[in-house]
Amino acid sequence: MPLLNTLPDYVLTTKTDELLNWMRKSSIWYMLFGLACCAIELMHTGGPRADIDRFGATPRASARQSDLMIVAGTLTLKMALRTRLLYDQMPDPKYVISMGSCASCGGLFQLAYSVCDGVDKILPVDVYVPGCPPRPEALTEGLLKLQEKIMTERWLVRSPNGNGKQVAAA
Amino acid sequence: MESLQILERVKNQFGDRILETSGKAPDPFVVVDPKAIVEIGRFMNEDPELAMDCLSNESGVDYKDRVEVVYHLFSYTHRHGAVLKVKLPRENPSVETLENVWKSANWMEREIFDLLGVNFEGHSDMRRILMPEDWIGHPLRKDFVEPAQYHGISTVRESPIIRLDTKKK
Repeated sequence: MPLLNTLPDYVLTTKTDELLNWMRKSSIWYMLFGLACCAIELMHTGGPRADIDRFGATPRASARQSDLMIVAGTLTLKMALRTRLLYDQMPDPKYVISMGSCASCGGLFQLAYSVCDGVDKILPVDVYVPGCPPRPEALTEGLLKLQEKIMTERWLVRSPNGNGKQVAAA
Repeated sequence: MESLQILERVKNQFGDRILETSGKAPDPFVVVDPKAIVEIGRFMNEDPELAMDCLSNESGVDYKDRVEVVYHLFSYTHRHGAVLKVKLPRENPSVETLENVWKSANWMEREIFDLLGVNFEGHSDMRRILMPEDWIGHPLRKDFVEPAQYHGISTVRESPIIRLDTKKK
């Protein structure tokens, strides 16, 4: 007789990785960080109508307390250096959502002298959300995609390059 | 007072310091001697008939053979406005600052310096205002060449997203 069937009802069994991932995906704290007009949609997404607090995502004012950086808006070259600094200040495991056309590839301002053509030139990006700007529903979808991605991570088996993050982006 | 009357009054006062006049609508303007810009500005600011108490905009233009600085003046007292211009050489353009006449010139002159490289003599804080401090060149000049990278960040977007300026065959 399998061991599982002998356990009482209130005992659940799972895998350690899945438990860790489930906890992590259920409290993705994102950094309050807006660069341009996408930040307005980001605020809406955190507001009562789209309410990504339902999925455990809540804004933090400090990079040191955040799990997720949502790059919301046009990234200028001047800001790119600061963005990299903020990313470096975030504790592992950390994730990045590139929100909108500008953050993904420079968007409308791709040919401008002062714009960094995509945040993936300086950071590893986990999820790209297209749109100009993306609606709150789209950003919520991006967050759910990130949750799916987090659930595939394996922490007990180290990857060859040393970090726990199995799916290395960019 | 109408714009043309304002410019006429300035012309009567300064005569040969006014180099060109254009009466074309919507914004008639005079081109003045760069050396006299502070003098003319101060007159327009202090003269009770004109009372130009607001420098609403100061901007720069690169015309390939010259650089122009354009001053849009406005009077809240009389509700009228006028435009002044100075023409400068493209090599080391330099003109005296209007900061001591209108305080608002400070940041606008910094912007013109940042983007077009016009030096404003006597300015209290002649630094870049928009671009990073270690930026090389003045990006709105016609001869500005975009550098290939900035602090190791390439300024060219590779595939898969096609650059917008690539012409299709």
